[in-house]
Amino acid sequence: MADDRRARTIALKVKRQDGPGQASYWHEFAVPWHPRMNVISALMEIQKNPVTTSGQKVTPVVWECVCLEEVCGSCTMRINGRVRQSCSALVDAIGKGDAPIVLEPMSKFPVVRDLVVDRSRMFEDLKRVKAWINLDGSHELGPGPRQSPESQEQTYPLSRCMTCGCCLEACPQVSASSDFIGPAALSQVRLFNLHPSGKMHASERLEAVMGEGGVEGCGKAQNCVEVCPKEIPLVDSIASVGRDATKHMLLGWLLK
Amino acid sequence: MAATKSLIRSESGKVRRVVVVGGGLAGLMTVIKLCEAGVPVDLFSLVPVKRSHSVCAQGGINASVNTKGEGDSPQVHLEETVYGGDFLANQPPVKAMCDAAPSIVFMLDRMGVPFNRTPEGLLDFRRFGGTLFHRTAFAGATTGQQLLYALDEQVRRWETVDVEDDRGERVPGERMVRKLEWWEMIGLVTDDDGTCRGIVAQDLKTMSIVAFPGDAVCLATGGCGIVFGRSTNSIINTGTANSAAYQHGACYANGEFIQVHPTAIPGADKLRLISESVRGEGGRVWVPRDAKEHRPGREVPESGRDYFLEEKYPGYGNLVPRDIASRELFKKCFHEKRGVYNRESQHNENEVYLDVTHLPRELLHKKLAGVLEIYEKFVGEDPYVNPMRVFPAVHYTMGGLWVDFDRAANGSLVMGSPRNQATSIPGLYACGEADYQYHGANRLGANSLLSCLWAGMVTGPAIASYRKNMAKSAWDVPSSLFEKAEKREQKKLDAILALSGNENPYQLHDELAQTMLVDCTIERHNPTLDKVLAKIEEIDERSRRIGVTDSATGKMNQGAQHVRHLRNMVILARVIALGARNRDESRGAHFKPEFQQRDDANWLRTTMAFHQAGAGGAHDSVRFARSVDYSLLGQRVEVKDDVDTTLVRPRPRKYETAGAASAAAKG
Repeated sequence: MADDRRARTIALKVKRQDGPGQASYWHEFAVPWHPRMNVISALMEIQKNPVTTSGQKVTPVVWECVCLEEVCGSCTMRINGRVRQSCSALVDAIGKGDAPIVLEPMSKFPVVRDLVVDRSRMFEDLKRVKAWINLDGSHELGPGPRQSPESQEQTYPLSRCMTCGCCLEACPQVSASSDFIGPAALSQVRLFNLHPSGKMHASERLEAVMGEGGVEGCGKAQNCVEVCPKEIPLVDSIASVGRDATKHMLLGWLLK
Repeated sequence: MAATKSLIRSESGKVRRVVVVGGGLAGLMTVIKLCEAGVPVDLFSLVPVKRSHSVCAQGGINASVNTKGEGDSPQVHLEETVYGGDFLANQPPVKAMCDAAPSIVFMLDRMGVPFNRTPEGLLDFRRFGGTLFHRTAFAGATTGQQLLYALDEQVRRWETVDVEDDRGERVPGERMVRKLEWWEMIGLVTDDDGTCRGIVAQDLKTMSIVAFPGDAVCLATGGCGIVFGRSTNSIINTGTANSAAYQHGACYANGEFIQVHPTAIPGADKLRLISESVRGEGGRVWVPRDAKEHRPGREVPESGRDYFLEEKYPGYGNLVPRDIASRELFKKCFHEKRGVYNRESQHNENEVYLDVTHLPRELLHKKLAGVLEIYEKFVGEDPYVNPMRVFPAVHYTMGGLWVDFDRAANGSLVMGSPRNQATSIPGLYACGEADYQYHGANRLGANSLLSCLWAGMVTGPAIASYRKNMAKSAWDVPSSLFEKAEKREQKKLDAILALSGNENPYQLHDELAQTMLVDCTIERHNPTLDKVLAKIEEIDERSRRIGVTDSATGKMNQGAQHVRHLRNMVILARVIALGARNRDESRGAHFKPEFQQRDDANWLRTTMAFHQAGAGGAHDSVRFARSVDYSLLGQRVEVKDDVDTTLVRPRPRKYETAGAASAAAKG
């Protein structure tokens, strides 16, 4: 029995694209199965020997990966139609009988090649919402403000966002025809506005998400929280930022 | 008096920038310090900087804040770090780092890192290896990620700040930081005097090759764990930038010192780290007393468990330094065949138990969730209920580019000296895991995040002062220098794209990694090392007959990139294996069963390696030197291979006794 399993192969169907703006096409591959195998190991097998199931020698599949333990966010792609990291996608858990595992690039970002997409808009959005503490400098100034263990337990999960893009990919409001900023950056607004020094600049961040493409763009589909690999309470974040933005809009001028 | 007219603009009016390569903790800290000194930066990274390998650090960062009132101090931290490193680290840089550690952690706190807190709202600290004190600040079990994010945010802020000229006026269109992500540094640009004037880099999206001037260049490009194939390292940690600098003439120091971490999850694509903090919070390592024990770990009663580290090292227990713990685990599994018995395969696997099931679930959730989640996701077992199964894995590169330091009269560093973190190539600096400076023969847990940040804090001011005193800006040297360097690298890429032999580059990497992993890590035997060296030469030979898997031009081509990485790894592998072959003693992570004693008379010295390119088809070789001779700002500097041990006198390293690592730290 054990021997049969070792001889098993895993079928993969990969959406290919040679470069930005070019047409896509599909290739099917079969690679040997091994215990605890993940999608990245399967891609590594293809990289070594890029031959399709029909025996055609092709260019190796290009994809992005760095840490292989789901903390860097690089290897995000659509696997069997669902967006997630390919390192933590174990083939035994995602396989459906003999049906091939289907790999596609994320659809909400421009394709660079094959499964690699360009997520730079997410990093630009972090600039837009000023997702940082306004540090006076890195020189010695003593400890930061005291914080309760409870507040750490609230902010730490928000701070684990890898900018992987799962939430944008799953969000029906994020599309080529919309300028909705998406859940990730909104949750960062909440994170920095909770911090004792960060909240000194809370209004700047709220103003950044009050206009066009801001927090109002959320359609409350709640897909984001379903796909977030770090289980960040994105829906709560958006609701909280939405409330604060409304409050700021109504009362902000009183405080100026 | 400044040697050049303007510190911001070149003679032709361009903004004078410094090049930093690598966007992990060390690189980002260097960038922040440079910006604060008014120096504009070009930051290169082969991945978006937020995805750098620093995110993988889990357990925490050391700083002797003494929050628990145990009598900890930077002096004890210094003593334990050099003892843990088996006295191979120069002590002044270590002293400066340990003294600065509390202020570094406070700075991170101010940047908003969500460190765990005490009930009073102060930073909480936990235990780590090689010390009896609670010295490690942490943010759950993803501390590296949280630290990197904090620095990434600060650097992003600098990306929005305009450059100001010498009169304080904004320079239109120029920001303090220009990020070039998905750009790989592939070579250096040096002038006729051998001074570094910039880098040649490749845009990985288009594969185009461009030379960039930099008044100075800093490499913060991390370690080279991927030389050993599967390791706890990220896939990008090939050491390729360090190898390029070494081939360009930079001295590479202590290459043979490679840290093997005792506890990682065995895997096909990566050996995922299970942080030392798991043991710091009370996790215990054991194997069944009965080698044929059939029951799953959780069902084995206390009487049937051999807590072998606690038994042999009653003081430090499960928190002995990594080199020692790894050797003990290896001995248990490999020599005594006492690893966990597998009923399916019917043999004892190379695995021991790492057990947290006796600890309160709430504590595990608050302090270790991030790492336990990795175990659960990748093994598919619940570590809150089942003891984890782990084995040692290659983890950290203690060696790296040789860098200088300027010793102050009080035994610390002269801050702002251009000698600090300077490599043997004038104008080229290195910091972070890419340098060799802070850990000697073995790094203590939670000192890596600290050394990255500290080295960045030293490198920024060192470069600022180098730049202030340089005679001519890199932005004023003839452009032909850069064109020549571009052509040189383009020729190399074209040669790779034209490779049409029958050797598979991935297969060659597997073979290199396998020989390095099996024969050049925990135990090293000279006859075996001779075979390793022969295998390296064989792979070098076969790498000339590679068939490139992808010959695409004008677009992302990982196949061609891998061939370059492979060649650079072969060259570093030779430095590592030869260094190990020569060093007939045992010290820290370098252990030879035939030479079990440390030999201070002959080997209390830095290994200094220089590249010797093979001429006319001959293989490359390594020249080992007893000193580094370089010139800095017109001054000749000679540094011998002696280790500066003026602060803590070397003594035998014995962790069997509690408090052995520091006289001031009796348990």
